[in-house]
Amino acid sequence: MIKSKYDVVIIGAGPGGLAAAIAAKQQGAQDVLIIERDLELGGILQQCIHNGFGLETFKEDLPGPSYAQHFINDALALNVETLLDTMVLDITPQRRIYASGARSGFLEIDARAIVLAMGCRERTRAQIRIPGMRPSGVFTAGTAQRWVNVEGYMPGKRYVVLGSGDIGMIMARRLTLEGAQVEGVLEVMPFLTGLTRNYVQCLMDFDIPLHLSHTVKRVIGRGRVESIESVQVDEKWNPIAGSEKIIPCDTLLLSVGLIPENELSKKAGVLIDPITGGPFVDDRFETNVPGIFAAGNVVHVYDLVDWVSEAGRQAGDSAARFALIERRKETRHVPVKPGPNVRYIVPQTIDRESLATGNVRMQLRVRQPIESPVWVEIRGNDNLITRKGELYARPGEIITLEIPMKAYDEVQLVDELVIDVVKR
Amino acid sequence: MEKIDVVIIGGGVVGCMTARFLSRYKLNILLIDKEADVGSSTSAANSAIVHAGYDPLPGTLKAEMNVKGNQMWDVLSGELGFEYDRSGDYVVAVGKEELPILDELLEQGRRNGVPGMHIIPADEMRAREPEINPAVSGALWAPTGGICDPFMATIAAAENAVENGVTVMLNTRFLDFRIENGRVTGVQTSRGFFACRWVVNSAGLYSDEVMHLAGVRPEFQITPRRGEYVVLDRASIQVNNVLFPVPTAKGKGILVTATTHGNTIVGPNSVCAAHKKDEEVTQEGLAEIWEGARKLFPHLQPSSTIAMFAGLRATGNAPSPNPQVSYGHDFVIEAAEKPRGFINLGGIESPGFTAAPAIAQRVVELMQDQGEKLEEKTGWNPIRAPRPHFRKLPLDEQKKLIHTDPRYGRVVCRCEMVTEGEIVAEIHAPIPALTYDAIKRRTWLGTGRCLGSFDMPRVVEILARETGLPPEQITKRGPGSEFLYRRTKELEVLHDQE
Repeated sequence: MIKSKYDVVIIGAGPGGLAAAIAAKQQGAQDVLIIERDLELGGILQQCIHNGFGLETFKEDLPGPSYAQHFINDALALNVETLLDTMVLDITPQRRIYASGARSGFLEIDARAIVLAMGCRERTRAQIRIPGMRPSGVFTAGTAQRWVNVEGYMPGKRYVVLGSGDIGMIMARRLTLEGAQVEGVLEVMPFLTGLTRNYVQCLMDFDIPLHLSHTVKRVIGRGRVESIESVQVDEKWNPIAGSEKIIPCDTLLLSVGLIPENELSKKAGVLIDPITGGPFVDDRFETNVPGIFAAGNVVHVYDLVDWVSEAGRQAGDSAARFALIERRKETRHVPVKPGPNVRYIVPQTIDRESLATGNVRMQLRVRQPIESPVWVEIRGNDNLITRKGELYARPGEIITLEIPMKAYDEVQLVDELVIDVVKR
Repeated sequence: MEKIDVVIIGGGVVGCMTARFLSRYKLNILLIDKEADVGSSTSAANSAIVHAGYDPLPGTLKAEMNVKGNQMWDVLSGELGFEYDRSGDYVVAVGKEELPILDELLEQGRRNGVPGMHIIPADEMRAREPEINPAVSGALWAPTGGICDPFMATIAAAENAVENGVTVMLNTRFLDFRIENGRVTGVQTSRGFFACRWVVNSAGLYSDEVMHLAGVRPEFQITPRRGEYVVLDRASIQVNNVLFPVPTAKGKGILVTATTHGNTIVGPNSVCAAHKKDEEVTQEGLAEIWEGARKLFPHLQPSSTIAMFAGLRATGNAPSPNPQVSYGHDFVIEAAEKPRGFINLGGIESPGFTAAPAIAQRVVELMQDQGEKLEEKTGWNPIRAPRPHFRKLPLDEQKKLIHTDPRYGRVVCRCEMVTEGEIVAEIHAPIPALTYDAIKRRTWLGTGRCLGSFDMPRVVEILARETGLPPEQITKRGPGSEFLYRRTKELEVLHDQE
């Protein structure tokens, strides 16, 4: 029976939400509820039947559903309550949740703390403004993945994939294995946007060509896609005249990026970082609205599910602490700003006091790739606080850096921290 | 089927309004359309505006029908239960040199009988639309202009017609007439022959081909003109009003307007289409639209785009029937001299949507003029009750709805908050919504930021379940636009291997 009050309510039962629920229970929260819109727990992992999950967390190479099952088992063993097939319609800044479902009916629930874990959604044709006709057969890679892996249907015979994101490359392999023809992967950037290992395992191993600096100029076909016109672009994304090519196909799969899903967050008054598309959070994953936390891809899009789970764990832990104390202790936040070659950093602020109890982990993406050794540097008032070497820096791969406890005294004095990635 | 009195060719807004207006009389009516849904061509891709009537040249049929039609929408939207807002509209002059054009339009509007128009100063325009180009010099205000849900206006008219006894056959192509003794006696269609006494040509883009088969106006020709549009994300910009630039020789120009769905739309341009299915959005077209839009709103950004579409105008070449007017692209609204029994509508481009109810009323009058004794039915019901939209209801009514039918509790489209209950209701409506696009136009599902990538598999599943068809046969907009091709693990059988 669903209660009307909970200590912690988590919205979304993907890897972030499941880890948050487990952590909240372990931290001592009594009543913990996950609300999930799909029919089962696990979120998008349930359609990710390929391997490559859990190398960091379990030192095992697992398919998505198996990775999720570890967390599902733990959550259920800890008596986390779940509400499936239920959509959250609204959240108020006072943490009242309105939700509905065909089986659960209309619900009003009050939460002492909320963890937003709605994940992300895929960018669409309109967002990248591909002209042409509007036939059936232009799908996001994730939609195709659901059809193929969950529902067991093939949405086409002959595919072109736009975007070298991970889902696109993984789907190119998956469809090939199911007997479809994948004509190629087009990428508008001059570099790969997904993980290198996926390029090797999904494209190279299956002889699927990757065309960098190429995009779709238009979609052709009235009922169903008949072909697409590809075009090469220069470094400013301007089409190069004469490089157009008609590629016959019946499906255009889009893997052109992910956007954190924050419509609900905005309703609750949560402020969104225009660069990440997710809430501004501090190092406890708390948003600007007291008692509302955010974890996983709803904050920024991670490369690896292990990091999503880790973020969920931290957010769930913080949410439980908030719920149990029900009062925000005095905090002295310092903003963390991106330097010239950093696109964004999460968290956007840190509580100076956090360094009294441990290192604080920062995650960031660079703007431009650097294919030689780099320094990842944190400065405060222009003084170097700490730095870390990496062999290269690529926009497709998140860089993690910890601010050490020993920087506690120094950080008390600075007005802001700046992180940059420079050639070594 | 009983003997048919009237066959209406084409289920756009004009055909559906005609069916609805004729359904009031004791007539057996059949409406056919080649597409999988009513209103899926020009009526589904336009500016969604009920024009005040200051644009058409005075004395033309366009002017007359525009102003007459405009007056009918308040009653119609109430009876048929679709969204309509008599918001008024503006023609915005930018720079002093455009101001005289407003005076000309005002004068033209007065001659056409448009009520209540006047010119407002730049300050007032800026106050009413704060984001507008600061170089605005004044605006023409027409209080009778408005915005409308063009999808539901057409669908609701068709549904009300069906509720009053009209038969609608979709996926049905008109092939030819049977004409005996100078009178239309039937039509040949892709679903067989139907004997009838009257035929209404409301075939829109194809109205020229239809009338030529009847031997009428061999010189009449539709030259489709494409108009491209961009729909903007509600979260990124909201325009409060209907705003036209000053018109040019090419037409009304790129407008920026609010819609009844809450999105802002921008467009259209006007280019010669390659053919009657050339609904293509082009790079050049988009550039033209943004340039036009920035004339009114310099800060508009292409990144606000949430959808793009193109529609085709059924531009004709008929001279105005008024000998005092020299105009070569007027509406054709006539009862043919030969063959008898043929009501011919052609060249219904803008302001065709606004004019549609007036044209439908004129069809009734033309039939009476031709000696048809139209007798009113007893029990004709002008009311079509709207079906609930979950997201528009207050909390307590949402609760009630879920209590009555739990399927209203299951959200299928998260961006636009459309529930399974709404989808199922549309699938079993008087005009059943049997394609993805048909459901989209009725519920506004799939029009949000994810553009249907979340709801699409779920809608295909619901359509398959409710219709009993295999999922591979569910389409976006009729045969040839399927979503799914086969089951996984299912091998293709090649004939040469048998």
